[in-house]
Formats: sequence, structure tokens, C-alpha cells
Amino acid sequence: MAQSAEHVLDHLELFRGPEYQQMLAKKKIFENSRDPVEVERIKEWTKTAEYREKNFAREALTVNPAKACQPLGAVFASVGFEGTLPFVHGSQGCVAYYRSHLSRHFKEPSSCVSSSMTEDAAVFGGLNNMIDGLANCYSMYKPKMIAVSTTCMAEVIGDDLNAFIKTSKEKGSVPAEFDVPFAHTPAFVGSHVTGYDNALKGILEHFWDGKAGTAPKLERKPNGAINIIGGFDGYTVGNLREIKRILALMGIQHTILADNSEVFDTPTDGEFRMYDGGTTLEDAANAVHAKATISMQQWCTEKTLPFVAEHGQDVVSFNYPVGLSATDDFIMALSRISGKEIPEQLARERGRLVDAIADSSAHVHGKKFAIYGDPDLCYGLAAFLLELGAEPTHVLSTNGNKAWQEKMQLLLASSPFGKGCQAYPGRDLWHMRSLLFTEPVDFLVGNTYGKYLERDTGTPLIRIGFPIFDRHHHHRSPLWGYQGGLNVLVKILDKIFDEIDRKTNVLGKTDYSFDIIR
Amino acid sequence: MSLARTQSIAEIRARNKELIEEVLKVYPEKTAKRRAKHLNVHQAGKSDCGVKSNIKSIPGVMTIRGCAYAGSKGVVWGPIKDMVHISHGPVGCGQYSWGSRRNYYVGTTGVDSFVTLQFTSDFQEKDIVFGGDKKLGKLLDEIQELFPLNNGITVQSECPIGLIGDDIEAVSRAKSKEYGGKTIVPVRCEGFRGVSQSLGHHIANDAVRDWIFDKIESDGKPRFKPTPYDVAIIGDYNIGGDAWSSRILLEEMGLRVIAQWSGDGSLAELEATPQAKLNILHCYRSMNYISRHMEEKFGIPWCEYNFFGPSKIAESLRKIAGYFDDKIKQGAERVIEKYQPLVNGVIAKYRPRLEGKTVMLYVGGLRPRHVIGAYEDLGMEVIGTGYEFGHNDDYQRTAQHYVKDSTLIYDDVNGYEFERFVEKLQPDLVGSGIKEKYVFQKMGVPFRQMHSWDYSGPYHGYDGFAIFARDMDMAVNSPVWKKTKAPWKETSSAKLLAAE
Repeated sequence: MAQSAEHVLDHLELFRGPEYQQMLAKKKIFENSRDPVEVERIKEWTKTAEYREKNFAREALTVNPAKACQPLGAVFASVGFEGTLPFVHGSQGCVAYYRSHLSRHFKEPSSCVSSSMTEDAAVFGGLNNMIDGLANCYSMYKPKMIAVSTTCMAEVIGDDLNAFIKTSKEKGSVPAEFDVPFAHTPAFVGSHVTGYDNALKGILEHFWDGKAGTAPKLERKPNGAINIIGGFDGYTVGNLREIKRILALMGIQHTILADNSEVFDTPTDGEFRMYDGGTTLEDAANAVHAKATISMQQWCTEKTLPFVAEHGQDVVSFNYPVGLSATDDFIMALSRISGKEIPEQLARERGRLVDAIADSSAHVHGKKFAIYGDPDLCYGLAAFLLELGAEPTHVLSTNGNKAWQEKMQLLLASSPFGKGCQAYPGRDLWHMRSLLFTEPVDFLVGNTYGKYLERDTGTPLIRIGFPIFDRHHHHRSPLWGYQGGLNVLVKILDKIFDEIDRKTNVLGKTDYSFDIIR
Repeated sequence: MSLARTQSIAEIRARNKELIEEVLKVYPEKTAKRRAKHLNVHQAGKSDCGVKSNIKSIPGVMTIRGCAYAGSKGVVWGPIKDMVHISHGPVGCGQYSWGSRRNYYVGTTGVDSFVTLQFTSDFQEKDIVFGGDKKLGKLLDEIQELFPLNNGITVQSECPIGLIGDDIEAVSRAKSKEYGGKTIVPVRCEGFRGVSQSLGHHIANDAVRDWIFDKIESDGKPRFKPTPYDVAIIGDYNIGGDAWSSRILLEEMGLRVIAQWSGDGSLAELEATPQAKLNILHCYRSMNYISRHMEEKFGIPWCEYNFFGPSKIAESLRKIAGYFDDKIKQGAERVIEKYQPLVNGVIAKYRPRLEGKTVMLYVGGLRPRHVIGAYEDLGMEVIGTGYEFGHNDDYQRTAQHYVKDSTLIYDDVNGYEFERFVEKLQPDLVGSGIKEKYVFQKMGVPFRQMHSWDYSGPYHGYDGFAIFARDMDMAVNSPVWKKTKAPWKETSSAKLLAAE
């Protein structure tokens, strides 16, 4: 028996001992397991070009996708408004999943309610669930706003949110003037970035266009402010704070729309803050008067930005700006739109990032990377890698579309380091596995699920993306701004140096290169 | 910290009753009436806990429950390692449940084992409009081609499947025939069915009955020679290796485990289970259905057991041995004796640190009652407990064998109620899920996830008890909980902002 009170062994070590190993070996008799030779043969076959061809010929099956469904994005956007409770109309299990998913990434509470529809609602519609649900959560959780979205169940049976919310108000579930914006967010269309877009547009539409016919539409009186939309972002806490710091440095009047940087980073001090921070409802309404709206992620705002433009604002979108040029473009856009000078401090921060790149680029230059993630994140990271002289060989986005692919290919074609690099829209991580076997790269950039690819293919994983479940607190540091670029650079460099050390630390064999200075 | 220790049973009862009344005040009248039936203070001697259960959750209250899909794919079927489990419908369900339950297994993932892969039909609008059966057929072909060593496939229905009228049974039958009788199991576990995960367990059990047991063709060649000591572990999902630290005890006492349901399990093990002499059932809630079926159809008796904490482990080992001859009975005594020094060591080390500490639980399956003994072995006291998706038979077992007089009972508790209860009762530890973890930690209350073992484990068996004790100690006695208040601010008890 290996276990002892003095040195408690958990799953990391316990099962490696002879008693458990013998037990597991004996269990095999009952498993009818495959011949190990056959397992080995198939394992090797999955690494081949032949397998890759079959794998890429898939039409119906998705294996290990890098995307989630719309309502997750809707919940993420909704909690970015002051005192807002997301309310997802449909089956309740979905809400348990969104809450768990967000909590596992941010290591924070995630509050959201469901209308708990079951079989009877499937037959008769979920109106009663909406009526009761709104009344209950309004009494219990005292929100300032309830933002409604839908699960696929409610979408399939065709529940009409606008009518349901109206009826609920008539029945007294919430006061008539209480804000209940809504968005249909079918899980079988797009992904979580689409849900973010739909929910945000629903909220802006509510405030700007007359609250579903219950109030006059706002008349836009242009001012000098700029609205910023972060988009669905696992680094929202660090990124939005960094954006706010930059805006403050430049003295720009601004509104961050869907600002969830506080609610996903509350202190542990004896109080649970179900709501914290967020765009005030007043600011959300007044955002219509802004001079311009900047989206940090084009593919998270495909509907929202045109909607904003229709209201007479200038709109600018970026693709998850990371690194020098992308941040330059962002800062200069801020300056151009606001008419404010770019302060010296930002020039110094830029200089520091250039300094860091100059110091370290020899280690990154020419290295091949595979990247996967949301369309904008992929674009932003690929652009930064090109800037570092690295080659983003495979860029894969399960929720990227043809337009994304074209834009990616343009970016890759714009740099000598993008030669031979390829963008893969609509593909999943099982496709990526084939790519990594047949066209190996030096490093993989992606979310936590990339660790399975790292295990199978030996490609070291740099964790940047969503979700990150198995590393803590990364979401608190920005990837945007020059300082964010520095963070990304350090993440990449740390992995590169760790790999060099790992490959050179064999005593008496390879450790001549186990250098103390790099 | 606890208030409970200084009060009499009567005082605790009065306080808990008052607390329930206070909590109910927040609700609209209709809801208050409904929720009142799910909250109670346990009275010693009663046959159940006096709460209604397995009833629809109320819209909008922030129930902690999941759905039938979670019960089938996430709990029962997902851990069967050599089968491919398709999340059939839109992408989300499979994505959110991907690898998060920690069902440990040994195998070559992606080649002969598939637990931590996310297979989905990723439904698009056209699949909803035109139906997904054709896509499913094609998808099964693609699995066969790319994952040729899979031993079977299950189709786990998400909400839209039942709503759009797809015939996944017909597709499964046709494809099974086409592949020469391959096991393909369609499961009707759409998330809107039933009131919680629980119906998903039942549906999944029924699918084993209908699509595996009823289809086993006896070729007269059993894969192994039966012995009088063959048992099957039912209802252990091998979270963090739980089934392994259980199996080792059963084998040490002379039994032979021929199947694990379903943690680290395989199709062959499911198929072989009717040869068992006894089914031993850990998670009664999720697998009593198939145990009863095997009793009726194959005459296999089943017995519930509890491998949390040395008291319950010893009791269970003796209970299981009671179904066998003296050799096994002696084996049970030998095992209990063998591990006694470990138990003594663990209790000597941790009990002094945990003695008198109070715990509130809210979990699913068997845990709201099963872990109570383990806490008591460490000198801790469970002052409140409740089931996410329990039925009355769970509350009966709880009342008759586990909880103390005046324990606060909360069925299908929601965020608001649970926060209020914890705020008022000030337990030293809360054991619940990921959605609750950070809420209570913000309030300064030590917390352990009791679904995933907070990424630790195993907690079953004697080896697991040592880990359980260590983990509870590190939660309760972490120095961080003394630092939640800035020293320049006056201290006050945990409080809720949002709910006030």
C-alpha cells in the first residue's frame, strides 16, 4: 500500500504504483480491448497524408470543434451592462452549461437564469415560462435590466420573444418601463461570437430605437465620444482595462459597451457581488450620440456595427489588435477620430515593445506556428507573428467563414513570412491534428483543448484563447495595447526557451547547449 | 465559526425554520408556495426528509440543475471509453461537457478510446429545416472510416432532435445492419425532457437495456470463465479514479470485478454484466434502473454500498461480503484490518484540525448523503444538505441512514436560497459545484467542489479517504480565509450585496 497520512498520494501519483498497475492490467481481460499491434498500426496511420485526406473529406462529422454556441456569447455580452441579469429562454441545462463554462475560464461566479422549459412548453410554447421566469428573477435578484436570449429549443418551436416579453409586462411580471432587451440566438446558426453580436445589437436597439415600441426613438445629438466594443474575449478583464487606461491617457471621452471587466474579476473580501461594474444603462442609451464606435473584433460585430452606422456614427473595426502595427492602427484611429494627440507615454510604451522585440526576435524569427481560435483572435495573433518574423503556417478557425479566409490570406500574402501559410475556415481540431502531423510546426497557439494536440503531436502549446481551463489568471493580463503585445511576446518566448531547455537538459548528452544565458 | 455548536437541537430547528420562512419572503406568492415544499428541517425518526422532489424547476430562479442530455451523455454514457458518443444537434452541449467530468480511463485516445473527444453533428439551420437523419447516416460512415477501432457508437440527442421529428432509431438500425451488427445506440435524451439530469440517467439506462442487453447474441463463447465471485461495479464514474480505488478493495477481499459502469468501462463490460453474481451499486440515483432490470431479467441481486470514509467503507465491505461465502467474509475483515493503520494515521493527522467544523452540501446523485459519513469520520458535522435531482427514495435513505435531527434540507435549491442559507448558518465549509464555488469563496467561505473533487481525487475507498481528508483540511484551514478583510477595515460576517 503506497498511501499514507504523512504523504498523501492523489491521482497524479497513486495509480502509478505496482498494485494499481497490476489491477489495471488484469482489467483488460474484461475490456475486449483491441490487439496492441492493431492499435499501434492505426495510431500511426492517423499521422499519414492518406488519413489527412480522408479527414479533410469529412462532410457531416465534427470532432473537437473550437467554437461554442450563440447563447454563451449572449450571456457574456449581457453581463457587461450594469446590474444586468441574463435570462436565457429555453431548456435549463443550457444555462447550467454556460455558467459552468464561464466560471471554469474566469474562476469567477457567473450568474444567469433560465426559463426552464420542458415537454409541455415544447408543445404549447414557453410563454408561461417567460411570464413566471421574469417575475421570479425580478423579485429575487433585483436586476436593473434583464437581457433575454434563447436556446435552440425555443428557436425550434418558434417562440416570439418580443411578443412574450410584451405579454409578460402586461401580466405584471416586471414593471412596464423595466428594461428587457432581447435577442434571438439560435445555437444552430454561427457560434458564440454571433451570439455576442446579436445580444449586443438587441440591447442597443432596445435603448436607441424606442424600447420595442414603448418609448420614442432616441434622437442622435452627436458628441465627441467614442464607443468601444470589445467582442467575445477570454481576456476581457485585462483587455478592457488596458483600453480604458489608453483612452484615459489620451483624454478621450468614451463608453465601453458591454464592459464585463469588473463582473469577471471581483475581489474576495467577504461580499459576493452578483453584479459589478458594467456599462450603465444611461451610458448604453447615450452611446447613440457618440461620434464613432470602434469594434475591436470585426466578426463579433457583423450586425452591431452596421446597426450603429445606420444611426449616423462612424464605425471602425479591428481584428483583435495584437502587437505593433495593429496597436499603432488602433491608437492612430483613436487619435484621428477624437482629434486628440497621442501622448508621449504611449510612444514610450510602443518603444518598449519595439525594444523587447529587438532583444528577442532572433529566437522567434523563422519559427513556424499553428494558430486556432475565434476568427479575430486568429487574425490578430497571425499579424503579430508575421511582425516578429515568425511564420503562421496553419491558421484555423472553426467559426471562421469564407470572408475570414480571404482576409486571412490577404494578410498572409502581405508578408514574406506568410508565404506558404494557409487559413482554414470551418475546420476543427481533428483537422488540425492531421495538419500538425503532415506539416509539422514548431509551436501551437490555442486554448486549453490544444493540450490534446500537444500530447498527440508533440507540438508545444502556447495557451492563448478561450477557454483556458487549466491555467489560472491569464485573463487578468491584457493582450491589447503595447503592453499587451509585450505579454504575448513573453508568453511565446517563455515557451520557446522552455523547449530549448527541455531539449538540451540531458546530462552528458545534450547539455552542452544547456546555456545559462540566452 | 459555526453557530450550531452552541445551540440545542430545538434552537437549531427553530432557527432553521425561521430561515426558511425568511427566504420564502422574496418570492412572488405562487412561487413561494411551490418552493416551500422543497425546503424543510429534518425531524429525527421521520421516514423521509419532508420535502417534495423530482419536480419541475421554477423558471427564472437560477436553478443549479442541468438536463437529460447531461444525465445521459455527461454522466452515464460518456465514460464508456471504447464507444464514440455523438452529441447530436448544435455544437454547444458537447462543447460545454467536453472533458469536464474527469471520468478517468486508460486507453489510446482517438484510436481505441474516445472519452475526451468531442464528436458532434454541429447542426446548422438546414439540418433543423430539412432534418438531420441523412447527416447522421453520413456522420456514422465517417466515424467508421476515421475511427475504425471504435467498438460502438451512441447517438446522444440534443433538444432539436425530438422537436424536428428525426428518426435516429431507424438510422441507427440501418447503419448497424450495414456494418455487420455493430452496436449503435440511439438515446432520446433531449434536454427538455423531464425536470433535471435524472430522466437522462433513466433514459440512458433504458437504452442499455434495449440496445445492448436485448441485442446480445449468445455465441456460446464467454470471453472469460465465470467464477462464483464475479461482481459488477454499478454507478461509479471513476471521477479522479474513484472506481479504481474501489475496485482494488473488492479484489483484495477476493471478489472479481467483471465490469465497471461506467467509469473506465467498455462495451464488453456492459455486455458481460449479466454474468455477475452481484451488482454493487454506488450511485443509486443514476443506475438503480438497470440494476432492477438485471435483477428481474437475469436474477442478479444488487446491493447499495458507500465507499466514502472508513466507517461506511467497512460497513459496506461487510454488507457486500454478506452475499458470499466465508472466504469473502474473511477477505472483507482482512481488508478492513489492512487499512486500519492508514485510517488511524489519517484521522490522527486531520481530525484535530477539522473537529467540530460544520459543512453544508448541495450536490447530485448519491453525494448529498454518501459523503456525510466521511465528514463525520473526521469529526465534522453536516448541518445542511440537498439534492440537485434526487427523488423521494433518495430523501428516504438520507433521513433513515444519514442526517441528524434538525439538519436543513433544500431540494433543487437555487442561487438565492443557497446563498442566504450559507450566509445565515455560516458553515466552515461548503461542498457543491463549479457554479457555486466562487460565489461562496467571495463570501469568504471555504469551498470544495464535490462533483469533480475540485480536480483532485479519488475520494472513494481507503486511499481516497486520505485524499478527501487532506483536501478538506486544505480548504477549511487555508490561511487565505483569514485575509479576506483588509486589516484597516472592520471585520464583519459574509454578506450578499446583490440579494439585498
